[in-house]
Amino acid sequence: MNMQTTSRLTAAESALIEAFNEQIGELPGNGAVTALRDRLLDDLKKQGLPTRRIEAWHYTDLKNLLRNVPVQAGDAGSEAMEPLVEGSPVLSVIQGKAANKASAGDLQVFPYSEKLIDGSAAAGLDALGNDDAVGRINGSFVKDGYVVEVPEGTELEEPLEIQFIHAGGDVHTRLPVAFGANVKGVVIERHQSVTDNAALVSHVSEIAVGQGTELTWIILQQQGAEDTHLGQIRIDLGPDAKLKLFVINAGGKLVRQELNIKVSGEGADLTLRGINLLGGDTHTDVTMVLGHNVPHTGSTEVIRNVVFDRAKGVFQGMIRVAPDAQKTDAKMACNTLLMSDDAEFSVKPELEIFADDVQCGHGATVADIDHNHLYYLMARGIPENKARAMLVNAFVAEIVEELEDEALVEALEGVISAWLEKHA
Amino acid sequence: MSYADKTQEPKMLEIKNLHARIAEDGTEIIRGLNLTVKAGEVAAIMGPNGSGKSTLSYVLSGREDYEVTEGDILYNGESILELDPAERAAKGIFLAFQYPVEIPGVATMQFLKVAMNEQRKARGEDELTTPDFMRRVKDAAAKLQINTDMLKRPLNVGFSGGEKKRAEILQMALLEPQLCVLDETDSGLDIDALKIVADGVNALRSPDRAVIVITHYQRLLDYIVPDTVHVLYKGQVIKSGDKTLAHELEANGYADIIGAAA
Repeated sequence: MNMQTTSRLTAAESALIEAFNEQIGELPGNGAVTALRDRLLDDLKKQGLPTRRIEAWHYTDLKNLLRNVPVQAGDAGSEAMEPLVEGSPVLSVIQGKAANKASAGDLQVFPYSEKLIDGSAAAGLDALGNDDAVGRINGSFVKDGYVVEVPEGTELEEPLEIQFIHAGGDVHTRLPVAFGANVKGVVIERHQSVTDNAALVSHVSEIAVGQGTELTWIILQQQGAEDTHLGQIRIDLGPDAKLKLFVINAGGKLVRQELNIKVSGEGADLTLRGINLLGGDTHTDVTMVLGHNVPHTGSTEVIRNVVFDRAKGVFQGMIRVAPDAQKTDAKMACNTLLMSDDAEFSVKPELEIFADDVQCGHGATVADIDHNHLYYLMARGIPENKARAMLVNAFVAEIVEELEDEALVEALEGVISAWLEKHA
Repeated sequence: MSYADKTQEPKMLEIKNLHARIAEDGTEIIRGLNLTVKAGEVAAIMGPNGSGKSTLSYVLSGREDYEVTEGDILYNGESILELDPAERAAKGIFLAFQYPVEIPGVATMQFLKVAMNEQRKARGEDELTTPDFMRRVKDAAAKLQINTDMLKRPLNVGFSGGEKKRAEILQMALLEPQLCVLDETDSGLDIDALKIVADGVNALRSPDRAVIVITHYQRLLDYIVPDTVHVLYKGQVIKSGDKTLAHELEANGYADIIGAAA
């Protein structure tokens, strides 16, 4: 039986298990954590990586797509990157290790490894369910990251940037952040490669948003051209909490971003905005599972995709409205610009509504550039290439402009135009 | 033929036996059109609905949805049929649209700056500095009584009909074209807005610039007084005259002229 199971493992699966065996003794954790890691790895051995036969992975057959586990890491250096927005406080995780121990202002910051060692991380370390391959991989391998506690009433004047600097090899990080009540602020979760070495990255953020807190959380993924990025964010929204979640994918070869969001306080509101800039032979998947679990909550989701070359994109958006979550108001849209005949984007909206007094809607469009817009710009003397670039930029910039912070808008628009200049 | 002859200015635009059709379905709209416009001239093109007025403006601008099947368009003596809209614009042809499109996500100011600088680049001129650009926009906007708050919005997005038309004239003033084509610029304007727009156009009149005013009604021509008036019908110019022709049309309608031409 055991033999059979082993023989079905792919090269990447075997390499993952091998890597785990090699790291035994290096992976931090007390008894509870170690027991949990062993179980997670055992599940991984038994089940392997998910295939398209698993509903949640239907468009991203990880077993087939993940060919190997890179081992050779380059030099990530020991320096933090310049923050996206000048002057913002920075916490850096360099090649999977928390680089700062300092606290930023009123924030309580701890290296995640400490929480593994004292065992307090065990409670959140498990996978979310049987199909949670990202949680399983991360829970097995995670070594470090940060735990951040933001006290009640904190107002962050500058965006807090938490950087994950990668230089290849396999790297697994975690970021639990607890926001007390009535916090106001912006957090940037930034994943960036600084070398060409291929990386396998898994990352889980866990954020609890307290009552009345108004938070903007930006995930900016700019991994290298050979990298696999398996990201997950677990969110719990308290009463009257307002979260704007921006997910920007502008890198990586194989990317899965999972957004697991529980709206569990009345009056809470989620704004999800996604931008996927896809090119080359890449595969990028954004999968959201959103639960409206209590009455009087709202959400809007807008995903904009620009797909060049032979790139493939996926957006799965599942909205569940619990039986007593009356007056839920949820609207989801996914708009795609296909820039080549070989580009693909798959959209799977799912609504599971168990309450009877709700408003839920979804829509998807796929288009080329509007040729009336192109003509108008050209009629003013803007050459075709430049006009096209302006329109693609506009298509996604519209989303970024919803952020109110001008410096932040400018920085993200810079990321977008730099990507477009390279790929368009 | 004295109406168009009052100057010895060179021909800026010469349209010769032009035939053009809708690319998608092959419907012929322009059927053997001849028209000459000289530098310094303001030419009005009038005609009933469906006569091909807007199509003519699109064909002049190089819109891809129309195909020229016969004839030629000479601009300063050179055929422009092979040029795309951006190249024509850089050569100084400007079309003020009847229905300017809204382009979300493109900031109006950024658009103006890119358009001005791309045209300058195409002509081998230096790009504008930001202060120079800002000053030009501010001056031109003030003349057209355009609130600069409007220019902070995305291009044409949420502009009223009148604001869109004014924004078109603002672009024209900033881009300083040689040949201005105004397609039904009066439609949707109240009388005050019409005067502002007409003043804006009149301010651009000069001996080395020509203006083609396409309009349905004579009203606009009270404010932008044309040198020549041409009646378009079924894709041809069937009658030309001086500004009195516009008054005749206003009084008697198109029936007489169409009847005489048939």
